[in-house]
Amino acid sequence: MTTSQASKSIGPGYEGVAGSEKRFRDIFRDTLRAEMLRDEDVFLMGEDISGGFDKDTKEPLDAWGGPFAATKGLVQEFGPDRIRDAPISEAGFVGAAVGSALTGLRPVVDLMYFDFVTVAFDQLLSNAAKSRYMFGGQTRVPLTLFARSGAGTGHAAQHSESFYSILAHIPGLKVVVPSDPYSVKGLLAAAIRDDDPVFLVNDKKLINLTGFVPDEDYIIELGKGRYMRRGTDVTLVGMSYTSVACQKAAAQLAEIGIDAEVIDMMSLSPFDEDILIESVAKTNNVVIVDEDTPRASMASEFAAVIADKAFDHLDAPVKRVTAPHAPVPYNRDLEIAFMPQPEDIVGTVKNTLDRE
Amino acid sequence: MDISKEKLEWMYSTMYRIRRFEETMLEQTLKGNSMGVAHTSDGQEAPPTGICAHLTDKDWIGSTHRGHGHCISKGLDTSAMMAEVFGKATGQCGGKGGSMHISDFSKGMLGANGIVGASIPLAVGAALTSKYKGTENESVGVSFFGDGASSQGVLHEAMNLASIWKLPVIFACENNGYAEATPSWYSISAEDIASRAEGYGMPGVVVDGMDVFAVYDAAGEAIARARAGEGPTFLEMKTYRYHGHFHADDASKYRKPEEEAFYKEKDAIKHFERTVTRQKLMTEKKMKSIRDVAEQEMLDAVDFALTSPMPEISTLYDDVYVNYSNPISGLR
Repeated sequence: MTTSQASKSIGPGYEGVAGSEKRFRDIFRDTLRAEMLRDEDVFLMGEDISGGFDKDTKEPLDAWGGPFAATKGLVQEFGPDRIRDAPISEAGFVGAAVGSALTGLRPVVDLMYFDFVTVAFDQLLSNAAKSRYMFGGQTRVPLTLFARSGAGTGHAAQHSESFYSILAHIPGLKVVVPSDPYSVKGLLAAAIRDDDPVFLVNDKKLINLTGFVPDEDYIIELGKGRYMRRGTDVTLVGMSYTSVACQKAAAQLAEIGIDAEVIDMMSLSPFDEDILIESVAKTNNVVIVDEDTPRASMASEFAAVIADKAFDHLDAPVKRVTAPHAPVPYNRDLEIAFMPQPEDIVGTVKNTLDRE
Repeated sequence: MDISKEKLEWMYSTMYRIRRFEETMLEQTLKGNSMGVAHTSDGQEAPPTGICAHLTDKDWIGSTHRGHGHCISKGLDTSAMMAEVFGKATGQCGGKGGSMHISDFSKGMLGANGIVGASIPLAVGAALTSKYKGTENESVGVSFFGDGASSQGVLHEAMNLASIWKLPVIFACENNGYAEATPSWYSISAEDIASRAEGYGMPGVVVDGMDVFAVYDAAGEAIARARAGEGPTFLEMKTYRYHGHFHADDASKYRKPEEEAFYKEKDAIKHFERTVTRQKLMTEKKMKSIRDVAEQEMLDAVDFALTSPMPEISTLYDDVYVNYSNPISGLR
């Protein structure tokens, strides 16, 4: 199953598809395992991805099983060469991952918290993203990275960022943002099999969510969005966890007679321009919801595309619901106010549609 | 001396070709035939020559903004290199990379890198691939970098990784005494950069970087260790850059004439010539024929670069990705 048609609804509703309800974190690990079984050049590297070693035998203990236990159990099956615990030196091991990708392997790097991307940024920008182009197409960099983003868990300013827009800005990198168990399976498999460097940004608030996942092997084509709900009055554009917030908002809007359509972008670079234009052409109103800060954000990019290519379909200005232009606060009340809440989305939709 | 006749001839030819490539490239750049910034490595011929004498196309090297010597030592074609400096379609990177990004993956050359220190973990990653595939005996990673990069954090991260994972890596530090205009005595806290290797649990060796035989011997030991699975070695080769940091930099503003004269006396090519003559290992006639071939090669390289076509403008959009579903062209 793929989402090759932008206009094709792939969820909710998987009638006739074999599968089951799965937790996001479990299907994430199962997908890593499946890709490692599928291709012996795939290996995983990161801090505490097994976690701890026995001082006498030197054997890995799997005491952590990765941040948020994302890789628990994999080291027993694949051994410490393929589940390679790295010291806290992100520039070093991301650089080494790029070097191994340039020489024939398919590394997958767990960067733990998304905020830590800045420590390895030069290796991502100057080497991973640019090698193919500046060397005239001689090489490719089949590297996958993932890390946890998002506020809402009391991790404060340096462990809660959602600034995936800074990665989407970089030519040569691809960026995907799953929003449920179905999409993380398809996007992670697609990222690992892709021959370009792909960063999968995983909002922490999704980790324990459950959802239907087909049993079959599938990938989600990078650059495709999907409809999570069909509607006629307004388009809500979500990405990562805000797709969940948009669905909650759509349910509240339905109670007051507003029929919202919800788009889950899934990929931020490349991204699905067609689905944005197609939906806005139908609903004539759009609210884009992003937990990233607003300046030069994906919300702003999507708004620009809609203004450029769907201007004649708009009945009202394109609206954005984002985090404030501020770091993520620690205090729970402040943190809740920082994140776009369903109520914020509902309020913006009512203003857009000029409804009480 | 335990070096074959063929290897000796290769070493002389390689050093001379590096020297003449840099001088020719600089002359062409000052004439306006290059399209951008170029950093010369003449004076520093011994380190890449002495190290790459032990390598094959299956070994990988990482390189720097001052990378022409590494490229020539690793077997890259000087015409395609010159064409790249001239920005031509026939250049090693199709004119997309320029002097600072010459690469040839088919020769085990991971690409010259314009960010100081950034290629170091790439060589470590190439060594990780060897370890992963169990091919350390035929594929090691050599990271070339300068004294300037020795202050970059990523070098220290890479040294630690190579050491704890026992990777087949040679950290090849070409200490030419200057990071741009900043002298190493000002910017580096240790007398010898190689002394830092001890802190990472690997041998650190100081080598006369103007003596290709000394480099050859030290590199031979380091590479044998790497191929045997015994882990990384750090080589600090004290050498000298004959020109400024880049083509328009006047080094006399920050270097003393006595210092330049001292290193010119130690010149790597002259040292080679004196040594092989004294030990009767190569005749002047042989050396002249090697030089003549190199001179013709440089004339051919310039001719090739000058007469090669410019890249098609449409290549602007090629090779950003292997595949990408959005347009690459900008907004107009």
